[in-house]
Order: sequence, then C-alpha cells, then structure tokens
Amino acid sequence: MPVLRFGFWENRRAALDKEGWAMNENDYILELKDITKEFPGVRALDRVNLRVRRGEVHGLCGENGAGKSTIIKILSGVYPHGTFEGEIVIDGVPQVFGGTTDAERAGVVCIHQELALVNELTVQENIFLGNEPTRMGLIDWNELYRKTKELLDQLDLKIDPTDKVKDLGVGQQQLVEIAKALSKNAKILILDEPTSALTEHEVEILLGIVRKLRQNGVTCIYISHKLNEIYEICDTVSVLRDGQYIGTKPIQELKRDELIYMMVGRKLEMLFPREPHERKELSLEVRNFTVYDALNPNRKRVDGVSLKAYKGEILGISGLIGSGRTELVTAIFGAYPGRKEGEVYIDGVKADIRSPVDAVRMGLALVSEDRKKFGLVLDMSVANNITLSSLDKLAKLLLRSDVEIIYAEKYISQLRIKTASTEVPVKNLSGGNQQKVVIGKWLMTDPKILILDEPTRGIDVGAKTEIYKIMNELVSAGVTVIMVSSELEEILGISDRILVMSEGRIVAELDYREATQEKIMHFATGGH
Amino acid sequence: MRKADIRSFAMIGGLILIWIIFTILTDGTFLSARNISNLIVQMAVVAILGTGMVLVIVTGNIDLSVGSLVGLAGGVAAALMVWEDWGTIPTILFVLALGTVLGMLQGFATVYMGIPAFIVTLGGMMAFRGMLLGITKGISIAPMNNDYKMLGTEYLPPLAGYVLAAIAIAVISYILISRRISRIRHQLPTEPVARLVLKLVIIAGLILAFIIVVNFYKGLPIPVLIMLTIMTILSIVAGNTKLGRYIYAIGGNLQAAKYSGVNVRRVVLSVFTINGLVAAIAGIVLSARLNAGSPAAGMMMELDAIAAAVIGGTSLAGGVGKVYGAILGALIMASLDNGMSMMNLDAFWQYIVKGLILVLAVWFDVSMKKKGG
Ligand SMILES: Nc1ncnc2c1ncn2[C@@H]1O[C@H](COP(=O)(O)OP(=O)(O)OP(=O)(O)O)[C@@H](O)[C@H]1O
Ligand SMILES: [Mg+2]
Repeated sequence: MPVLRFGFWENRRAALDKEGWAMNENDYILELKDITKEFPGVRALDRVNLRVRRGEVHGLCGENGAGKSTIIKILSGVYPHGTFEGEIVIDGVPQVFGGTTDAERAGVVCIHQELALVNELTVQENIFLGNEPTRMGLIDWNELYRKTKELLDQLDLKIDPTDKVKDLGVGQQQLVEIAKALSKNAKILILDEPTSALTEHEVEILLGIVRKLRQNGVTCIYISHKLNEIYEICDTVSVLRDGQYIGTKPIQELKRDELIYMMVGRKLEMLFPREPHERKELSLEVRNFTVYDALNPNRKRVDGVSLKAYKGEILGISGLIGSGRTELVTAIFGAYPGRKEGEVYIDGVKADIRSPVDAVRMGLALVSEDRKKFGLVLDMSVANNITLSSLDKLAKLLLRSDVEIIYAEKYISQLRIKTASTEVPVKNLSGGNQQKVVIGKWLMTDPKILILDEPTRGIDVGAKTEIYKIMNELVSAGVTVIMVSSELEEILGISDRILVMSEGRIVAELDYREATQEKIMHFATGGH
Repeated sequence: MRKADIRSFAMIGGLILIWIIFTILTDGTFLSARNISNLIVQMAVVAILGTGMVLVIVTGNIDLSVGSLVGLAGGVAAALMVWEDWGTIPTILFVLALGTVLGMLQGFATVYMGIPAFIVTLGGMMAFRGMLLGITKGISIAPMNNDYKMLGTEYLPPLAGYVLAAIAIAVISYILISRRISRIRHQLPTEPVARLVLKLVIIAGLILAFIIVVNFYKGLPIPVLIMLTIMTILSIVAGNTKLGRYIYAIGGNLQAAKYSGVNVRRVVLSVFTINGLVAAIAGIVLSARLNAGSPAAGMMMELDAIAAAVIGGTSLAGGVGKVYGAILGALIMASLDNGMSMMNLDAFWQYIVKGLILVLAVWFDVSMKKKGG
C-alpha cells in the first residue's frame, strides 16, 4: 500500500478555519500541574507540568520507566483523584476523576500499552462494551452492527463487526481499540505505544487515522519509542526523564540528537554498533521445516523452510507480520502448539525438540515476542522471573535466596533494568523494563543459541543500543544469535546475514552489505 | 507493610476476635486447656488436607477427591488390620502407597490425557467412595491395632513438647536473623531491628504459650504434631525448592512457565501425587482417632479443605497462596464449629456462619487487590 501523505498543515488549517477558531498559541486544552505520583520505593513522577495545545498531536518521549504510562494513567483516571498530587485542568476547568468513566465523560480516552479487549467477544460487542444501544432493555443488535460498521468505515477498516477479537491480528486489535475510543467521543485521545506490535503497513494506517482525527479537531497525545513516528506525526514533543519534566518543543525546532539527549541525558554514540564478526562452525541447521496452524491443521504457517545459523554471527529474519517468522522460531523451540515436520540439527546432531524443556536443555533460548503472555509471571518478583529458567544454578535441593539475589542483581545492572529492588513484582515495572527482565532470564541460562523475537519492542533508544551490544558480546563469545524483527533499520543495522520470509517460506538470503530496505520489502511483499 | 503481612494480620485478628467472642459467651470454657486441645485435634485432619490442597490450587487446579480418599485410606487400613491381621507398619506403608498411587493416577489423567482436574477428581471422589463402600461392605470396621490408634489419640509427653518448642524457636530465630544478615549484605530493604525483635518475641511467645496450654492438659496431640510436620515440609517445598517455584510459576502464568522450559506436566503430576499422599496421611490420622474405618469418613471434607485453603489466602485463580494459610483457615473454621457447638447452637448455624466467613475472606482479598491497583 502506498504511503498516505496528507498535506496536513493545509488540511488542518482549512479544518480549523471551517470550525471558526484559529490555532492559538496559548489555547491549551489540557494542563497538568505539579503532578507527583509515588509508588512504594519509587517516585514515578516528580512535580511534572505538561501543557497540550488544542488540536495538536503531542508526542511524549522518555526512557523506559521515565513515567510516561504513569502520567497517562493519571490523566485517564486509572489512578483516581487522591492517589496522586497535583491538578488536571481541561479547558481551564480543574478536574476530579474518580475513575476512567469520569475521564471519558470529560473527553479523555486512552488506549493503554496493554490492550484491554475481551478476546471471546466480537468486535462490535467490544467497541460498545458497557455502552450497548438497547431497545426495551435488550441489546439492539442491528443498531449495534450499524454503529460499529459506521465507525469502522470512518477508519477505513475492513473488519467485520461480528468477528471475534481473538481471531484478529494484534494490529487489527489495536485499530479496534481506536474505534472503541472514538465511539466514546474522545476530545483528547491518548495512545500509549500503539505501534509496538504493528506491521509497517498497519503503522501507516494508524498514522493516517491519527492525522484524520487531527483534522477533525481531536487532540492526541502520542507515546512511542520509535522516533521516526514521532517525527512523522507529532507537532510538539515533551520529554520526561526519571519522573521529571525536561521540556517541550515544537518538532521542527528539535533535532533528533537533541531529542535523544533530552531523553537519556547524555550523548549517545551509534545506535547500531556494528562489529566485525567472524562466522565460525555451523550451529543450528533446520531442514525442510513445515509447521501447521494450531487451529486449522490444513493451513501451513511455515512451508518447507531450511536454514543454517552459525556460531559467531547474528542471523536476522525479516518479513511482514504473519509471514511465519514467529511460528518458525517457536516451533524450533518446541513451543508451537501446531503439528510440525522436518528436522533440526544442533552442532551436527539431530535434535528432537518436543517441548521447551528439551530446547532449554539443549542450549536454546527464545525471547518471545509477547512478554506478557509467554515471557513473564507477572505476580512473581523480578528476581524470581530472571532465575526461572536456571533454577539449577541456585543449588540442588533447596534454593539459595542469596545466590538468587546475586544473579538477579547481575542482570539488573547489566541490562540497566529500572526497578526499586529485586523483590518487586515484575508487573510493577514499566513495559520496557519488563522486556529487559525476559532478556535477562534467557541470558542467565548461558544459551548456545539465542533466538530473539522482536527483542527491542517497547524499548527506549539507549537500552536498544545496550541490547545490541550484548548481542555482539554474545556472538564474540561464540553464541549463535538469531533475531526476528519487523524493524528494518534494526535488521539492517545489526544482522550479519538476513533471511526474508514471505508466506511461510524463506524467499531471500542477503548479506548485510548488499541489503537495503527496498530490497527486503521487495522480497517480503512477494517479489522475486 | 507488605500485602501478605496485612492479610496474615487480618486473619490472626479475625481469629482472636472469634476466640474472644466465644470465650465471653461460654464464660471462659472455650479457652480452657482441655477445649483448646480438643479444638486442635478436631482441626488437624482438615488442616492436613488443606496444606496439600494449597499446592494443588496454586497450580490452578483443584482436587475434589481428597475427602473420599481420606475415607478410603481409613477403610483399607481397618480392613487390613481387622480382617487380614496386618501389622501396623505394613498397613501404614500400604495405605500411604495407595494414596500416592491414586493421586498420581489422577494427576496423570489431568496432565497427560488432558481431562480437567475438576472432572478427574470429581470422578475420583465418586469412585473412591464406591471402593470404600465395597471394601467395608457399608459397615464400620473396628477396632484398630493399639499402636495405630495412638496416632490419633496419643499425646507427646510434656517434656518432649518443651524440647520441640525450644527447637522450633531456635530454628525460626536462626532463619529470620540469617535472612536479615543476608539482606543487609545485598542492600535490600530490611525492617527495623526493633520490629524484628518484636516479631521474634511474639513468635516465641505464641509457641511457648501454645505448648504450655496443651501441656496443661495432656501434652501435644500426635495428630497436631503430624499436621505441623507436614506444614513445615510443604512450606519448605513451596518456598525453597525448584518444584515450589515452578508451582507458583505455573499458577501465575502457565504459558510463560512452559516457554521458560518448566516441565509443566511433571510438576502438576508431582503435586497431585503429593496431595494423594497427604490425603492418605489425613485418612490414617482420622481413622486412628475414630478407632475405626467407617464408610462415611471424610465425607465433604474436600470442601472443608478447599475452604481452609481459600480462607487462608489461596486464590482459586492460581499462582497465589501460602501453605501455613491453610492451617489458619482450618483453625478459624474449627473454632467456629467448636464454639458454636459449645453454645449448643443447632448444627445448621455452623454451616451458615462458615459459609459467610468463607465469602467474607474472599471479599477481603478482592477488595485488597483493588486497592493495591
Ligand atoms: N504499580 C506500580 N507499583 C510500583 N511501581 C510502579 C508501578 N507502576 C509503575 N511503577 C514505576 O514507576 C516508574 C514509571 O513507570 P512507567 O510505566 O510510567 O514508565 P514508562 O515511561 O511508561 O516506561 P516504558 O517506556 O518502559 O513503558 C517505573 O520505575 C516503574 O517501575
Ligand atoms: Mg509505558
């Protein structure tokens, strides 16, 4: 699909003129005054002031754990009045939100980092959940369908209102969340890392929708670690660091370096630290690997794939979401629920991996793409999560908590995980820091073959570089690293060799020196 | 204060409140050494079942068969000893093995055949009761061997009780102090020294008071000793072994545990096996106390065990729960039973009140969770 480029300033001005009000420098729709929020052991926000102009797309940037999601939760009533200090002012009127419904009534609607849809319900039921149109006390299904269709059409979404949410991809689910937000007549729409699970194509759709909303006078607050998006969509950017407000600038006046400097408080060297690697012995070989869909045994998710991965190299696997990359790696790891055929060899020996138990024993590690579902036990502590796959290291019969703490601390400092202590439940960490915990868990197993599926999803720029450096170190130490990623820059910037998947097959193999974004996209979209 | 602490305090507070009310209403007889002794003997069987049940529930499963298994264990023991003239030791070993195997079979059906635990153990509940009826031919079998009987009716000599109490206090102090030292070494937040000392004094005081009271009557009852031993072992399993860590991980997020390389099937199988063994022990204690194997023994006890676990803070959603909580839960329920029957209230009141307490306890958990965000 072609990239939709609205001449948005023009459109915008036209829209604003039509509505009869011009963009006023000091027309703030939202002011947050002296917001302070403390959790046991952490001050997540420290007297933060934030002002958002009417009708703008306001970017909110900052490192993992800077407090972005927290301020958003305060603004949208998740943390109700009284659980924080400071004042929320909308249209000049101080607000008291006792919960999310109050915020929604005031026109503030939020799409949180964690999706909040009911999987077993249909799209239409989800969108109007708690808000269903009724006739004589019963749900008016026709009206529900009509209203949903209208919303989806507005967003140019080709989704059937009667589809179950669980049958949609993550990207489409994200768009359903937006439709749901719109059904609530949002004046201020907040998007917390909306694109971290989307394909480039879906990202374009989403950005298009945000632009359209801006034309219609909706104010948006947009949180993302992807600076490209920030530059593409935002008018103004504010930065938080360690719970403190650093500043706000119009995007035109803000160079990338400067933005990064505001975020991390130091100059960042190269984002992609490329190091010369020397390819060594063959470590993992996959032959004729076919994986069938878990629910539909006639459908092939991976179709006759053969690949080789060597010690001392980073193998990148690129492709569109749905091209079978995740199925391929989870099936190799023995975790995919569907049937599989084909052979896997590790160090030249045939490996019969029937479950992750086998895989871990053979030195495989998989950082899965969905940390909440497959990566973390949210109620367990940071330390318990880090050590979960390597409990043998904590003694034989009885676990030694002092050894556990030493290990946990090692990875906390190595990966710069921001946490009040090793004992905090991992659910209290910010999204990016949770991701680092998953990576730490697998590093602790001293894997021979480390597979990372979207490893930097939701991770800030500084931490990304850290993770790339760690990948480089592992490779130098003789580990085989395989990285699945939808971010082309990352694939190009860090892998030594790139495989491109399309519709379950490997359609191209490129050396990083010959690879370009265009080439990869060409193959990924089915070109030859 | 941590949430788990708040909950423990709330539970102990509730217990003390119940005790105060009954003490007033019974003019002090409730708190007599003799009654306390009775009370803890009454609770022992359900408490033992509750500790095993905690592990099962934490993995996100349930075991409805333990009540019938208690009955079956007692019935088989009685049949072996009374009809077949087996000695006490062989009988006990056989019954323990029986419980272990039956627990393992149910675990096997759950994890390898994919039948939900609720159904498997519901089937077990019916089938085991049926076996019991078949074996006992519907009548009580009595009397048990004398030394077998002691397991349910004897008391530890007072001196042994004091020695045990001293050991317990020493071990607990050692654990708490060395944990504190290690936390300081790793610069983890520690409670103030005064608080630790206070805690130790309270714990030591409670243990001493407990042993003095039971010694005032006849000594520490053997069923209670068995219960405390099992609680200690299972607490260590839950808190300090790989198996325990896996149990909580599976209950907390089954998929993540699987992806982390946890052998989920083996862990759940182990838990059901342990629970079968625990149920057999409870069956032995109960039949020893009753001095008979009776076809009705253990009826509905699985529900009491579940209630004890849940009142003790175990979440049916899995992932959360403490073994000692089941002991407190069982103690609360036994106190209500005991107190109300001392007041000559009709039995139906006991059901109503226990039901209300169960719901109240869970409501407390739910509202705490909400507040915690
Ligand atoms: N419920 C909670 N309990 C304790 N601490 C919390 C809780 N929620 C957040 N925190 C802490 O507050 C800080 C800010 O977290 P927040 O989720 O706002 O970060 P963020 O900027 O959204 O980061 P990310 O980019 O990783 O999503 C973090 O240090 C986090 O550990
Ligand atoms: Mg966040």
